[in-house]
Amino acid sequence: MSDVVERTLSVLPGLLGQHEPGAGPGGAGGPGRVSATSRLGSLIRSITALTSKHEEEKLIQQELTSLKATVSAPTTTLRLMKECMVRLIYCEMLGYESSFGYIHAIKLAQQGNLLEKRVGYLAVSLFLHENHELLLLLVNTVVKDLQSTNLVEVCMALTIVSQIFPREMIPAVLPLIEDKLQHSKEIIRRKAVQALYKFYLIAPNQVQHIHDKFRKALCDRDAGVMAASLHIYLQMIKENSSGYKDLTGSFVTILKQVVGGKLPIDFNYHSVPAPWLQIQLLRILGLLGKDDPRTSELMYDVLDESLRRAEINHNITYAILFECVQTIYTIHPKSELLEKAAKCIGKFVLSPKINLKYLGLKALTYVIQQDPKLALQHQMTIIECLDHPDPIIKRETLELLYRITNGQNVIVIVQKMLDYLKESKEEYAIINLVGKIAELAEKYAPDNEWFIQTMNAVFSVGGDVVHPDIPNNFLRLLAEGFDDGKEDDQLRMYAVQSYLALLEEEDALYPQKFFQVMSWVLGEYSSLVTDVDPEVILTKLHSLLKKTFVTSETKVWIMAAVTKIASRTSCSKTVDKLIQEFSSSLDTYMRQYAFELKHLCEDKALMKNLLPFDASCNDMVVDASLSFLDGFVAEGLGRGAAPYKPHHQRQEEKLSQEKALNFEPYGLSFASSVSSSGITGRQSPTGLSFGSDTSGNSAETGHKETNTLKLEGVCKLWGKEGYLPKKENKVGKENEPQTVSCGRLLAGQVGDPPASRSDQVASLSEEDKEKQQLASTLFIGLGSNAGVSLMGKVDTATQKFKRKSKIDETQNSEEVSDFQHSAASDFGPLLDTAPINIEDCEGKINTRLRKASMCSSDIVEDNLAFETPQSLKKSGLGVRLSDSRLSQSSLFADSNIEIFQPSPSAQCGRASKTPLVPSLPEELEELAHSEVVELCQSDALSLYLCKVWTDNSLLLTVFVSNKTTSALNAVNLAFEAAEHFQILESPTYQFPVIEAQSVGSCQKCVWMDKICTQGILSGSVNYQSEMETRLEFSITLSLLDFIRPVEMTTEDFGKLWLSLSNDVKQNIKMSSSQDSFSAALNTLQQKLKLHIVDVIGNEGILACQLLPSVPCLLHCRTHSGMLALWFRSPCSALPDGLLYQCQKVMEES
Amino acid sequence: AEEVQQQIIRETFHLVLKRDDHICNFLECGSTWAVSPPPKALHRSSCLCSLFGGSDYKLIYRHYATLYFVFCVDSSESELGILDLIQVFVETLDKCFENVCELDLIFHMDKVHHILQEVVIGGMVLETNMNEIVAQVEAQSKLEKAEGGLSAAPSRAVSAVKNINLPEIPRNINIGDINIKVPNLSQFM
Repeated sequence: MSDVVERTLSVLPGLLGQHEPGAGPGGAGGPGRVSATSRLGSLIRSITALTSKHEEEKLIQQELTSLKATVSAPTTTLRLMKECMVRLIYCEMLGYESSFGYIHAIKLAQQGNLLEKRVGYLAVSLFLHENHELLLLLVNTVVKDLQSTNLVEVCMALTIVSQIFPREMIPAVLPLIEDKLQHSKEIIRRKAVQALYKFYLIAPNQVQHIHDKFRKALCDRDAGVMAASLHIYLQMIKENSSGYKDLTGSFVTILKQVVGGKLPIDFNYHSVPAPWLQIQLLRILGLLGKDDPRTSELMYDVLDESLRRAEINHNITYAILFECVQTIYTIHPKSELLEKAAKCIGKFVLSPKINLKYLGLKALTYVIQQDPKLALQHQMTIIECLDHPDPIIKRETLELLYRITNGQNVIVIVQKMLDYLKESKEEYAIINLVGKIAELAEKYAPDNEWFIQTMNAVFSVGGDVVHPDIPNNFLRLLAEGFDDGKEDDQLRMYAVQSYLALLEEEDALYPQKFFQVMSWVLGEYSSLVTDVDPEVILTKLHSLLKKTFVTSETKVWIMAAVTKIASRTSCSKTVDKLIQEFSSSLDTYMRQYAFELKHLCEDKALMKNLLPFDASCNDMVVDASLSFLDGFVAEGLGRGAAPYKPHHQRQEEKLSQEKALNFEPYGLSFASSVSSSGITGRQSPTGLSFGSDTSGNSAETGHKETNTLKLEGVCKLWGKEGYLPKKENKVGKENEPQTVSCGRLLAGQVGDPPASRSDQVASLSEEDKEKQQLASTLFIGLGSNAGVSLMGKVDTATQKFKRKSKIDETQNSEEVSDFQHSAASDFGPLLDTAPINIEDCEGKINTRLRKASMCSSDIVEDNLAFETPQSLKKSGLGVRLSDSRLSQSSLFADSNIEIFQPSPSAQCGRASKTPLVPSLPEELEELAHSEVVELCQSDALSLYLCKVWTDNSLLLTVFVSNKTTSALNAVNLAFEAAEHFQILESPTYQFPVIEAQSVGSCQKCVWMDKICTQGILSGSVNYQSEMETRLEFSITLSLLDFIRPVEMTTEDFGKLWLSLSNDVKQNIKMSSSQDSFSAALNTLQQKLKLHIVDVIGNEGILACQLLPSVPCLLHCRTHSGMLALWFRSPCSALPDGLLYQCQKVMEES
Repeated sequence: AEEVQQQIIRETFHLVLKRDDHICNFLECGSTWAVSPPPKALHRSSCLCSLFGGSDYKLIYRHYATLYFVFCVDSSESELGILDLIQVFVETLDKCFENVCELDLIFHMDKVHHILQEVVIGGMVLETNMNEIVAQVEAQSKLEKAEGGLSAAPSRAVSAVKNINLPEIPRNINIGDINIKVPNLSQFM
């Protein structure tokens, strides 16, 4: 701090000197430049005259007290109030609480004249945060100002709206702001766009209906408005790039015009035309062109042009260049551009300007995955950056090195990282780096010794800030071992030895996590080291237990280790002493463990049995149903004890006694759940719980269940927290070939590049030589022509620690797709060299995929069993609901797919007229359904779709009609995983055979997983006719497909209404055709499938649910041609979505 | 949130200050940024805290004599772009105050805020066209004059400035004029 003051001081005289001549003669500084007479001025001056923080505090408190009195005095004029506000802002800025003034700021914004209003708004925007309750009071003012004829007022209102605005009040101002998009003044239009952007960020659903207005803003004649709209597009494209591909052309044209200098000269900055606009556009193009060759094609020209134009040597042109490079490497590659971009990166990296160097390193890091050769070109620069005084540059360099690490350079790179780690004090940097080191060490460790040493360094330097995954992973690695048992033992032994050596030092202080790791390893594996007496280890652990710096959590770990060691020794004095000591400990955990240990020591056989050696990875079978307690329970019941009721059941009963609303009528639910929830095998009145506390129920119903749960992968470990390995993610990453890909490159000619280089540089200075040497060790394995033997002995050669296959099973499907993706991109260029490996790899993917899908279908079945009873009893769609349908839909629930073979005669009849237009089977024909529409077709096949809206799901019936004259075999139908939708059971279906000129059909139940107003479910059909053919299709599903009416009484409605929290209100105009209220209600009932619960006068209440069972209630009221809608639902996105649909239908009709 | 706000400002100040002039103007954020919620000083609501991942935030600063202008941005902003945006902001200040100096900024912090509001609104870069910004600000100050304004005796102001005790000034400047804005924080939503 002191050097700060000094430095500032040294500049000050200059500053004042500057000021004097300006201000001195005739006040040339301008009138009122420093308004010293103002109270703010005097406040600031008196603060600067103080000498200590304490005095400042006192002064400000004084000031605040007087301000408080002034602002709350009724006689205070608005002008004075404005003055007070500025002083309040100043106090807040210095860090003093002045919340008493908040309400006055709002008042000032409301009542003041323009100038006062401005200060009021400013104060509000500085004082309040987005969720502040006082903001609601501002809404009215904003609405008023938006309607004002004074431009400045409108501007101010728009500014505050785009800074802070309460989310739930958006509907109040939205129409006004929409109007402003047509305003004649650019500044207003621009700010309106900005405000809409803000709304899009905080409530995307509420501005969904004005997307076409965004398009208009994009085409605005004023470049400023257009630039503002780019913010919105950047955001929307980030979320869903496929939806805006059609705009690529427009963006390219705009960029072309900007680059070509077609914009007004005003937008130039240092004679570069609208640089920020260019940057924005380049980013958008990058997002659009990603993995899309066709779209990328459109932008090659303009990117080339941008690169060419950005030649002037100025900061801002470098900014554009950097964006260009990034875009070029993001989109579908074009070699010519890549070459130019690589040259550009060179310019950055070699630049003497440190900012550019930083960006160059960033770009290199980004590019390195695609083109490791580039790092080779700049290796000397990278080496220099490693010793750069700026830690930020250093960190960026390490990040770069991390990406190019392989089995050969890992030692050097990790050493560099550890060096940095030891200097660094920043917690965040440490956490980050430690994770990377651990990952690299695990992946590329050349030998055991190094690995253990590195991990020791990680734990001791990383301290307790390391991510919990790191010690967990490490322990798991030790425990699970590798394929080679001997190797395992060696590693473990080495670990034990090194820890013993570390503990040798008296009073050595290590982080708690490190102690925990040590004690676990010693507990498990110390017996591997035969030349050390267990007594010695026990003594060490004992002395640790007595240390004050050891936390109680660590003590528990140590205690567990002691117990484990004790189980392997016959009798030990230390253990006895320890038991004695801690049996009276004040720490209850310690006492508990001491007692346990004592009792175990008395029965060695039991102890051995309980703590088998090296069994930490064996699966344990857990009887989750606690069936062994059944006898005890039965006895209790026999003695007249009340049967156990689970918590939720008790609560439910309490609720029903209070006459609260209950969605699920008991009787019906019981009946149907008996028939359909066979999977869970137990009933609860709500159908809401299964798999927990079975013992109570089993006693009740009298039949015993052997519902044992096998918890795979649960390690038996001691310790209070129970060490649970949670590392699936990590493992998934490790299995991705992407990270290994650098390693792949090393196999063959490694020696060549450094050798030839050393010849050339014989004459260089010592220092340079050192650097060269470093370079050769760092960049080893990145050889440019290592491509031939790339695929050789990849895995075994580079990755020392390979996990056992067991872990693979735990991967979920998402990772699998990731894996597949990266596999594809990685193997792509190497196709010709190693076809076998690819096949191999794909095989693995497939099996894993299958596993994943099996897994998910299991879950689905469970869900199904648990959902059906609820949804069944709700009287479904329309009016017709017969018993037969009930049973039938539950049939669907059990097996979603059936092939319907229309009876031959009927088919013939139809075929004669219009060949092969399929129709629904009879039992579905009765349900509400859509028209049969054609999805896509080829020479051989046509695909048709019919949506059937059943009570509990959307049933997609896909018909595949064979148009050829021969039967088609093995037609595969597969849906792709969609973000918003969930397909019950498996997303694929295979038709074994489809006869000539006939139709096969399959049905899939779909639910909406994430709420959206409209989404696309895509899929494909594969079939074999002469050659493998693939036909892609996509189905548009709307929110309405998943909305079902709910019948309930007015009373129930009222209760439910009160219990729901998320609400959305909106007024919409009624068109002339629906001037009557009942007409409007009818529209809603028919188009949106809402159930009208009750209508009283001009108010109506309606209810519906999103499948499977998310209710949404609607209250609507008419007044003067407007329909006021008020939605409530437990799910926040649902009202927004429904509102949008309402607006749409009301506009349409 | 007052404390957090102050803590962030303090930490930013220390982070930026200990850096030499000849090293780069970017700083990847440290721990506090990852842990503490962005207070309202950063013009953002607390509902974003959970999304505050940590590593994504950067400080970009520029050093003018005794002043540091610091912007905190997420990855959706171009680093060099922001660096020049600061330049634009400062040049605009210079135009609006006619040869700007630190004291202008302290004594007219409301005006500074208004100018900043023309450049960055709600965390988004709105206007980069300097003439346009100046025009807007001028239109508003015309209004100010029309309504009377605060202007008063300039000569006394000058003497006041002369009388300011030298050693005290830096403290004031340091606390007062580190401007923190978060363009694009909301990109996360």
